Amino acid sequence: MGAYIAKRLLAMIPTLLGVAVLIFLLLRVIPGDVVEARYLAQGSQFQSQELMDQERAKFGLDQPLWKQFADWMGGLARLDFGVSMWTDGPITQEIKLRFALSLQLALMASTIASCLAIPLGILAAVKQDTWVDYAVRVFTIAGLATPSFWLGSLMILAMLVVFKWVPPMVFTPLWVDPWQNLQQLAWPALAVGYRYCAVGTRMMRSTMLEVLREDYIRTARAKGLWAKLILTRHALKNAILPVLTVISTEFAFLLGGLVVTEQVFNLNGLGMLFVEGISHRDYTLIQALVLLVATTFLAVNFLVDIAYAWIDPRIHYR
Amino acid sequence: MIESRWLLALVAIASLAVPCVSQAQQPHYGGELVFPVPSEPPSYDGHREETFGLIHPIAPFYNTLLRVDPNDKLGTKPYPSLAESWSVSPDGKTYVFKLRKGVKFHDGSEMTSEDVKASYEKIIFPAPGVGSSRKGQYVDVESIRAPDKYEVQFKLKHASGSFIASLLSPYNFIYKAEILAKDPHWYEKNIMGTGPFTFVEHVKGSHLVGKKNPNYWDKGKPYLDGFRAIFIRDSAAQVAAVRGERAQIQFRGFTPKDRDNLKAALGDKITVQESPWDCILMVGLNHKVKPFDDARVRRALTLALDRYEGSKALSQIAIVKEVAGVQVPGTPFATPPAELAKLAGYWHDIEKSRAEARRLLKEAGVPEGFAFTFTNRGTPMPYEPLGVWLIDSWRKIGLNVTQKVVESAAYFTPLRKGDTQAFMDFQCGYIVEPDLDTYKFLSSSRNPANYGFYEDPVLDALYDKQSQETNVEARKKIIRQFEKRVLDEQAHYLMTLQWHRIIPHSSRLHGWTVTPSHYLNNTLDTVWLSP
Repeated sequence: MGAYIAKRLLAMIPTLLGVAVLIFLLLRVIPGDVVEARYLAQGSQFQSQELMDQERAKFGLDQPLWKQFADWMGGLARLDFGVSMWTDGPITQEIKLRFALSLQLALMASTIASCLAIPLGILAAVKQDTWVDYAVRVFTIAGLATPSFWLGSLMILAMLVVFKWVPPMVFTPLWVDPWQNLQQLAWPALAVGYRYCAVGTRMMRSTMLEVLREDYIRTARAKGLWAKLILTRHALKNAILPVLTVISTEFAFLLGGLVVTEQVFNLNGLGMLFVEGISHRDYTLIQALVLLVATTFLAVNFLVDIAYAWIDPRIHYR
Repeated sequence: MIESRWLLALVAIASLAVPCVSQAQQPHYGGELVFPVPSEPPSYDGHREETFGLIHPIAPFYNTLLRVDPNDKLGTKPYPSLAESWSVSPDGKTYVFKLRKGVKFHDGSEMTSEDVKASYEKIIFPAPGVGSSRKGQYVDVESIRAPDKYEVQFKLKHASGSFIASLLSPYNFIYKAEILAKDPHWYEKNIMGTGPFTFVEHVKGSHLVGKKNPNYWDKGKPYLDGFRAIFIRDSAAQVAAVRGERAQIQFRGFTPKDRDNLKAALGDKITVQESPWDCILMVGLNHKVKPFDDARVRRALTLALDRYEGSKALSQIAIVKEVAGVQVPGTPFATPPAELAKLAGYWHDIEKSRAEARRLLKEAGVPEGFAFTFTNRGTPMPYEPLGVWLIDSWRKIGLNVTQKVVESAAYFTPLRKGDTQAFMDFQCGYIVEPDLDTYKFLSSSRNPANYGFYEDPVLDALYDKQSQETNVEARKKIIRQFEKRVLDEQAHYLMTLQWHRIIPHSSRLHGWTVTPSHYLNNTLDTVWLSP
């Protein structure tokens, strides 16, 4: 197992390097740069080429591509992600500010999704083709068909019209004021968690149905084992593995991918930072964010693989 | 008897109403003003930045030498700020400003003429490596002197009709000379001015907070205890913030639909202020590409536009309204509507106008159904509706136009490279002033932001002439000639419709007047909230 972990960790390096090269080149291919975004997009009449050249030189954008890449890689090797081309602030600080919110939202949405998806999926499988199953299926199909941001907009509108109230506009950390924090994050967590739960529930239902038809379940039933025990100890352990993959992948996605939902609820998270970075052509920021998201995906996948072995002792890694 | 009772009742009601009115006009102290800002300042340095995202949250921390009268709806009247008076020499080349005494920076030190001199030198003559966005606006300034502690002199190369207006720039914060001498970049990451509010905190991407400056030089002000600027990009979330009464105002502007929704939802709790907006979208035509090098073709394109009907329809759905020339309608140098209607594309008889457009196209050898590409910016409001209107108008004179929408951040790359035929261009001014508003149209050798790539020495000469003309009436005449040349005779650019600024705000908010510029009136010293 130890060798396997070491091998997996080492395999992450070329993957991340590939991501780094790809994002570096892609960003340089798209037209426009941070200097144009800063000085031309506002309709100014008095910008001189001299000022724009000066700003490009400041960010090293006048250097050849290989030199820019080498400088960035050199910084990464020293764990220095550089400064934002838009704000001049350290990248780590820019990300740190938003990370707490995105992480909390991802955790809340994942908790809501897991707490609903697993029992609902099991229930629908056990009560297959009854009204309970149909109700769960309608609930999940509606969840799959409803974009989170649209649901979020409806929530805000409903709160405004019915209660003449909107969630707070500014993020307060949980440890500073839990009530204020939950007032802001509960709604987006529900909106995102619903769609996320729909995916999980359907996966749970189908894998559970598959497992419940296995020979060993029939044997267990024939032996007269208690139905609840068969379900939790024998069926669930096997059925939950694909659900675990779905939930964990969604979690990684939520960390950086909640762009529109964050806009709707005015959440100062990583998704919004991504959008701003792209619209400002803030190369250093986008590069760091892409690497962060890629690392999160790799780490989550790695942890899920480890969890597989823990949940199902038959799985061995070499 | 009955009549006298009614009279008494009316007198009683009136006597009750009078104190109510006067009470309502009496500024109330206290409260925190909360406002969404749709953009965020990249740095805190007003001399370097270009965005209202800096002005809205940062202006309350600073003062400028002069300001626009906060009660002037046209936003053009100079008003004392750190300078309490000013005079001009008979030759119009030297401006002397007498500074207010006893003005303190937030660190307790006194503001003097050295600070004004150092701030303006940073703007006009920046040291190598120091970015100044408005350096090009002050090319006429020869030198700045501070002969004594409370006097500053600007010496110009020649007389100017717009120098005072250029000092009204809300970006020209007065910084402390001592700090600038040590580090000219200090103000990019720090805030320390003489303004009515002092800096509390800025959480990037979230909000910025200021609190009342108890030592503000204008005694009795500010009225507010503080302000909180919340950075909200999504327009629906901005509207929700005002509708949910979490914010009192958004200083940039809302759409007509947002205004109507807010008014319907909140009734008397919302007050709406509107003004023509000193921003306009214009159609640029690349003169290096045939047939747009032909003035007849360009004139035909402007003649195809029914601006008056367009105004009626588009003002219902977009932030545009007034039919305008090179100045915001209603402002001192604007062309009166009757005179404007004589220019090509501004005639009231649209059938006659379009018939002339077809004739010109035929004369220029442009075939029926001629196809070209119109490059538009990927910003929905108001680029999208205006783009649709333009294309529809051009189809009515037999042209076949394809719209190419380019993402906002990448928009200027094809324009700068000249990879366009017809394109949407725009300008926004911090104050309505001919020098600022007409600079855009100068030859591309003088203004790199002229993406039409034309050279017009006649136009350049008219610009210089109006800029140096200090007599208002004489200057107006030159501006009319300039306008006729750029919009009619040569049709270098085609004006669409003037933007229209709509500010629905809480009726609790007082002491703020809408102006044509969303860069003005953000010092917040006169603003107060009723209980």
